[in-house]
Amino acid sequence: MANTKGPIIQVTDIVKHYGSVIALNGVSMHVSAGEVLCLLGDNGAGKSTLIKTLSGVVRPSSGQFLVEGEPVNFTSPRAALDAGIATVYQDLAMIPLMSITRNFFMGREPLKGFIPFRHVDFKHCNEVTREEMHKIGIDVRDPNQAVGTLSGGERQCVAIARAVYFGAKVLILDEPTSALGVAQTSMVLKYIHQVRQKGLGVIFITHNVRHAYAVADRFTILNRGQTLGTYAKSDITMDELQNLMAGGKELQQLSEGLGGTI
Amino acid sequence: MALLEQKTTAAQKVDERIKPVSLLTQLMRRPELGAVAGLILVLVFFFLTADPTMFSLAGLMTIMAPASQLGILAIAAALLMIGGEFDLSIGSMVAFAGLVFGVLLTNFGQQLAVAIVLTMLFAAFMGAINGQIVIHTRLPSFIVTLAFLFILRGLTLVGLKWATGGSTQLRGIGEHVKDSASLAIFSGDALKDAFVWLADQDLIDKFPNGMPKVSGIPVSVLWFAALALLATWVLLRTRMGNWIFAAGGDPNAARNSGVPVHRVKTGLFALTACAAALVAIITVLDAGSTDARRGFQKEFEAIIAAVIGGCLLTGGYGSAIGAFFGAIIFGSVSIGLTYTKFDSDWFQVFLGSMLLLAVLFNNFIRRKVTGER
Repeated sequence: MANTKGPIIQVTDIVKHYGSVIALNGVSMHVSAGEVLCLLGDNGAGKSTLIKTLSGVVRPSSGQFLVEGEPVNFTSPRAALDAGIATVYQDLAMIPLMSITRNFFMGREPLKGFIPFRHVDFKHCNEVTREEMHKIGIDVRDPNQAVGTLSGGERQCVAIARAVYFGAKVLILDEPTSALGVAQTSMVLKYIHQVRQKGLGVIFITHNVRHAYAVADRFTILNRGQTLGTYAKSDITMDELQNLMAGGKELQQLSEGLGGTI
Repeated sequence: MALLEQKTTAAQKVDERIKPVSLLTQLMRRPELGAVAGLILVLVFFFLTADPTMFSLAGLMTIMAPASQLGILAIAAALLMIGGEFDLSIGSMVAFAGLVFGVLLTNFGQQLAVAIVLTMLFAAFMGAINGQIVIHTRLPSFIVTLAFLFILRGLTLVGLKWATGGSTQLRGIGEHVKDSASLAIFSGDALKDAFVWLADQDLIDKFPNGMPKVSGIPVSVLWFAALALLATWVLLRTRMGNWIFAAGGDPNAARNSGVPVHRVKTGLFALTACAAALVAIITVLDAGSTDARRGFQKEFEAIIAAVIGGCLLTGGYGSAIGAFFGAIIFGSVSIGLTYTKFDSDWFQVFLGSMLLLAVLFNNFIRRKVTGER
């Protein structure tokens, strides 16, 4: 990957305390354009706190947070969004009863006309939605159909397409495949691959090493609020990754005990 | 219907690759379908059973007057329901706003215009309080506004006794507002000249002296129609409309997408209370007095009209024009039965059945539309 510029997002020694609880204890990571960084870690490792910090939901207690080399201090999710960091949450992305178009433009409706008659240009919205869906290979017969009619994978793709359309430089995907079946998962993974080729940085959070290994360029493993290490794909096998993620030894012992089925 | 067909052809022009969506699917996707079908059913029923005078101009006005007063509440209740909340205090709010309005006019001798503005501001404030309590306590709005149903009704009684020295009715409002310039906007009939002209042209029934039998359209009907159009436009065409659907559909997803959910909901509560105040002002000016039973049980009727109009109880889905038709169904049945041989006490039976049917139908349609299983 030809990265002439530095990383888009770089965090160094991020610490976050919730009262007396230390959620993040000096986490460092970075992601560049055209790269998929996979964030792995068991429950309680600090993945969600790290995502919340990156997406402006919580503010770090200390540490350095650079976006394109400039130090930032986000006060709201909106501020992170404006800086080009878009987060797609696993189940809170779409409203099933609303149309695809209305979901796509939710919170960022393009306006037309003067103030008492100012309205949303839904004709334009429908065209854009149909076009964007077409690009990612989802055949939307009618952008006015409810999102509830789409499959889980398609919904994730719509949410990602929305973030891309609105100019995200970095996509944070919070377990986008955890609730999906096999076919749906491959659809989402394929789309993540497409997004990378467009030159966006992707931070992909998952439990599933197999999904991670399929698309990621690098892996950062979190454990108990700290970075356990960052590995390029060429430096690590899927088994090693699995062991690192689940705390190494224990799982290996368990695996042997179960006859190597995990 | 013509509008829908136009839309389809426009879409075909834009992109010929897209298969046209069948008219039936488009219709099914409209939340107000049930209400329109219901209204047709009701009208056919009365065509067959009622005295033909029901469908005269005078008969229609008799139906539309109560329908419009309920409808103003129902449209606001529909918007609030789409936004994901209920307001059970609107009926009591009508009584309380009526008291505030009456006291401002009589006890404080305010001008009509001033009294109207102050009553509206006061109602908006009370609505916003409702909203703030619901938002900050995260209690269901059902229970918070149920509390206000009793609080406001009780305050109305106490306030009326205080204002009148022991009575539960405040009279003499008519004399205070006789000469007010703004009276015509909130009271009586509108378009009187047009009706005189229509009578001259022999287009409508008239008395032997040449005056029309129906002197005009009650102003409440015009308010009702205007609000229905405005609310429909806001819902379907504006950013605020999208935010209302989003806030009711899934507040978390909406917030993550940058929708100010709390502001939207607070605004809707204030709007609902203002609609109650508007009904209070119109009915108090018409009656020339206000009493403690004003708006009694209107909260249920408004919610029923909204549900018949296609609103889901869980929020995020519904229509204002549906509530418009829901309110007209309500008015047609309550008044229409007096034109038939049936006992008009069948009204409530009919209403309950209608509500049950509407809810079943809405659920069915929602599953169809969203592919929910």
